[in-house]
Amino acid sequence: MNNTSVSGPRLGIAIEHASLRYHDAEQPVLANVNMQIGAGRWTTLLGRSGCGKTTLLRYLAGLLDGQVESQGRFSINGEAGIGDLEHQVAYMAQQDLLFPWLSVLDNVCLSARLQGDKHNPQIRAKALELLEQVGLVAQADALPAQLSGGMRQRVALARTLLQDKPLVLMDEPFSALDAVTRHQLQELAAKLLKDKTVVLITHDPQEALRLSHQIYVLQGQPASANALPALEGEPPRRFNAELAELQENLLSMLEASHV
Amino acid sequence: MSDLPQVSNAIPAKAPRSRWVGKLVKASLSLLFILALWQAIVWIFKMPAFILPSPGAVLAKLVSRWDVLAHHSWVTAQEILLGLLLGLSMGLCFALQMLLFQPLRRWLLPILIASQAIPVFAIAPVLMLWLGYGIASKIVMAALIIFFPVTTCCYDGLRNTPRGYLDLAHTMGASPWRVLTQVRLPAALPALASGIRVAVVVAPIGAVVGEWVGSSEGLGYLMLQANARMLIDEMFAALFILASLSVALYFTADTLLNKLLPWQGSSN
Repeated sequence: MNNTSVSGPRLGIAIEHASLRYHDAEQPVLANVNMQIGAGRWTTLLGRSGCGKTTLLRYLAGLLDGQVESQGRFSINGEAGIGDLEHQVAYMAQQDLLFPWLSVLDNVCLSARLQGDKHNPQIRAKALELLEQVGLVAQADALPAQLSGGMRQRVALARTLLQDKPLVLMDEPFSALDAVTRHQLQELAAKLLKDKTVVLITHDPQEALRLSHQIYVLQGQPASANALPALEGEPPRRFNAELAELQENLLSMLEASHV
Repeated sequence: MSDLPQVSNAIPAKAPRSRWVGKLVKASLSLLFILALWQAIVWIFKMPAFILPSPGAVLAKLVSRWDVLAHHSWVTAQEILLGLLLGLSMGLCFALQMLLFQPLRRWLLPILIASQAIPVFAIAPVLMLWLGYGIASKIVMAALIIFFPVTTCCYDGLRNTPRGYLDLAHTMGASPWRVLTQVRLPAALPALASGIRVAVVVAPIGAVVGEWVGSSEGLGYLMLQANARMLIDEMFAALFILASLSVALYFTADTLLNKLLPWQGSSN
């Protein structure tokens, strides 16, 4: 695997005693959250639907500016505040969010296009290289509507990689895919995002176990984060008996959180 | 990345030529059916020619008076096309303003609704008074009648940009201007296209109403004249051209829009 994306400055986030509350709500969504998002590692937030994991991710992505009130201490690489985060984030959602009017190649180059730099030949060359890595270079000129769900999500992955940001936020990016495609994409994402700091949201314990260095389970009302013991080895892991047992434990833990 | 399967499940596109031929065959079949029905009614009910002329008589008129008909058709076609152009750009500008200047919306919306509440027939005489008997008053008339559907379609399209697109653009640091031109406007195009499809059908009504109220040229004028002189076959000939014009306009617009916006109907 010849990974061309040069690892830039690494970025780790520490969250201490944080709480988030929407302006129009009385109860905070998250309270007393403590998390260490390690630089260059995959940190997974696991929790049931509606527990507030997306809120936390969207907050980190700067998508909730003016909508939530935050308390507690957020720091990046030891420096307080996450105001700088805005330009260091790439965001990958459950939907591929490919623009249907742009070709696959133009979709991969979307960040450049939105910066007004759409004809930069270097960026296009890099985009083609990334499409090669996700196995879609032959479809570079196709429209997204001509691709299957798994192919579309691979294009979205290439688009995320082109942004080359130190922090990648992923909101259930594989949950709409069939099992085989999901497995392939997990593998591919783990390889290509090796040097990045990744925060992954999922409700699938197996996905969390396969991909993460560190898992946090969000539970409670308002939710707080419980750290699981760090996992051994490098993701993507093969699913073995040990992981199966851990998955059992995780499932019963998640079940217990919502009686 | 050789371990990834290169499955190409691209949607098979039907050969465009055969689709075209099929459409044409269907259209001519339904036209033939209508003509046959028309002829049958004339025969069965023994319609006098001054109530319902036979298709043959109308066809004969089309041929014998083609120069006059062509001249008036050209005038009406100009009114329709320029009216469409004016109405579409007005609608787009209005929708953009309502999107960009939210406070302005409260002031603009009543104007928009009023433009629709006053029947076009009622303002037609006023437009004649202000803009004269020439082509201008008919263009404005056609523009006014399509203004409302175009504006609402366009505004809805601009306002309902999928939130995911906007989030993505935001995390990519796009300026508001680029969000508008690169995300909101293209995302609104399918909605605008439905507005255009409606407008293309409605615009001829505006033009013809304008001609009825006062003009010296155009198919509407010709129909009034023919009616007054009991030239019913000529009236039908004009009507036939008008209908053909509208249908041709619709299918041209529809084909063009489908070609230009191949992603219509596909969404996340």
